[in-house]
Amino acid sequence: MELLVSIAIGTLTAAGVYLLLRLRTFPVVLGLTLLSYAVNTFIFAAGRLMTGAPPVLGAAPVMTDPLPQALVLTAIVISFGMTALAVILALGAYLNAGTDAIDIEKPEIDKPGVEAEDRR
Amino acid sequence: MDHWIIAPIVVPALVGPAIMLLMRHDLVLQRVAALVSGVLMLGLTLALLVAAAGGTVESYELGSWPAPFGIVLVLDRLSALMVTLTAALALVVLAYVIATGWDRRGRNFHAIYQFQLLGLFGAMLTGDIFNLFVFFEILLIASYGLMTHGGGRMRLRGGVQYVVYNLAGSTLFLFALGTLYAVFGSLNMADLAVRMGQLPEGDGALVRVTAALLLVVFVLKGALLPVHFWLPNTYALAPAPVAALFAVMTKVGAYSVLRVYTLVFPDTAPMIDGMIGAVLVPAAMVTLAIGMIGVLAGGTLARVAAFAAVGSMGTLFLAVAAFTPASVAAALYYLVHSTLAGAALFLIVDQVRGARGNSALTVQAPIPGGGLVAALFFASAIALAGMPPLSGFVGKLLILDAIRGQGWWVWGWALVLGTSLLAVVGLARAGSVLFWRAHDADAPKAPAGPAPAALGSAALGALLALIVALTLFAGPVMGYMQATAVQLFTPLVYVEAVLGPQAAPVAEAAAEADEATSDPGDEPAPTEEGP
Repeated sequence: MELLVSIAIGTLTAAGVYLLLRLRTFPVVLGLTLLSYAVNTFIFAAGRLMTGAPPVLGAAPVMTDPLPQALVLTAIVISFGMTALAVILALGAYLNAGTDAIDIEKPEIDKPGVEAEDRR
Repeated sequence: MDHWIIAPIVVPALVGPAIMLLMRHDLVLQRVAALVSGVLMLGLTLALLVAAAGGTVESYELGSWPAPFGIVLVLDRLSALMVTLTAALALVVLAYVIATGWDRRGRNFHAIYQFQLLGLFGAMLTGDIFNLFVFFEILLIASYGLMTHGGGRMRLRGGVQYVVYNLAGSTLFLFALGTLYAVFGSLNMADLAVRMGQLPEGDGALVRVTAALLLVVFVLKGALLPVHFWLPNTYALAPAPVAALFAVMTKVGAYSVLRVYTLVFPDTAPMIDGMIGAVLVPAAMVTLAIGMIGVLAGGTLARVAAFAAVGSMGTLFLAVAAFTPASVAAALYYLVHSTLAGAALFLIVDQVRGARGNSALTVQAPIPGGGLVAALFFASAIALAGMPPLSGFVGKLLILDAIRGQGWWVWGWALVLGTSLLAVVGLARAGSVLFWRAHDADAPKAPAGPAPAALGSAALGALLALIVALTLFAGPVMGYMQATAVQLFTPLVYVEAVLGPQAAPVAEAAAEADEATSDPGDEPAPTEEGP
């Protein structure tokens, strides 16, 4: 089981990092999602892998550590919210700038006129 | 004093939603609420500073759950210093934002600002490392909102970059925490410090992996090379007053490094064996060099200010990396100084942009009321470059003196002094193009925008007054910083404050076990948590 879980985490992480290094926002958001799946599984495994053991004290002869499960819940909620925000922001940038490239080759904010919205 | 520790977190947590839900349609009311909250937070943090200056470490157990199991907030000298600095900077920036009408250019500025402060205060006060992650996320998600405030094509694109970079950083933080919990079986920082001394020899590799992963996460926030790439675009593209507040965000990274690598993974511990310093020193040196070369090559005043922020983080981490009480005290003084000076320069960027529409270092029509802006720029450039008589000079001198005993001091001195020269040349060039050559005969005569708001200049003046005060009272301030550094290097005080006095014998026994290392009969008792 340990081998299977570690291969899964490794595959998810590798795919996530690969997608993160793409130049368009959509693959990058997908990559971040895959990375968060990988890290959630990783945290879960940090409490050691066990089958048939409830995370409740005294309910069974063996118990599993409940804390990593609580940590995973927190991490899931946060990464869910962050991904939603990233999608909205990427969409806003695409609609505003007409391109979904992540890279800003030449920041042109201070060319005269471009930054007109900052003028009072 | 007990319950006051959580007050700086509770105030923005209440005022933020109140602004968003109750005062949505009334900007005046929002401004009043934000200012009242800002003054209140400054007062509270000053009270905490006075309380912590006595040298006691206060621990506050949330919901009265006992220490290693519940989440604790801890107030020591370092936390008190950081929250006071944040509250002071936040109030000045808020006054500037209101004076210049920046809050009118997008929605919910004041509410997001409160959440930003909530995250910052929480990160500085928490004594639980997973809670530190949660507060990091709060301050980051608020900073995404502030960074894209006002909108605009380039700003949104810069926002995407910033968000993606930091989400990747957060994921790495979670990987580090997973490893940490697997090895230590705890997340309370004081408990981690105790357990660090009890780990079996075989866990050394895992401990080093954890320490290295956490270091990458923290220096990512602190914009150290090679993970600094988010900073120049973000700071240059964000609204300049927001960038001024962000001057304290990089310092959260420095704070976390100071906290974790003196308490949990001290650089002298046998399992770490100087690894952190060995990595930080060269990284800090390269950061310093790249930052100041960027100041010279900026192209716009905004990018000059952004690269100056990178360079100052290099100087700061150079002093931190020595991990001696003297160098940490010098680093803390420089931390306060570089936050204030960096913020002042970004407010000047905003004044220049407000009048000219851009801050490009090209000859354009003179700024109306440019004399005052030029004078303020002159003062903050002197502070930033580390020229006498302002606090930058004092700070750099203290750092040079503190790293004298290190093996790499020649490189450190050469880089700090050489890059100061680069900064002087870069800032002098920027200032003369912006403020002097605009008056040349062949400069364009197109009418520029309105003169900067007087109240905005007053807020900027307040920031410079703080820098002057930091210079004049360098003696007492350094006294506090030295006491802070001494407190950081006696982690037993922190551990006892959080876990109670009975933890002390355990920690001492652990320290003794450290000294008598590799005694196979000295195996630590198995930990209670975890299967």
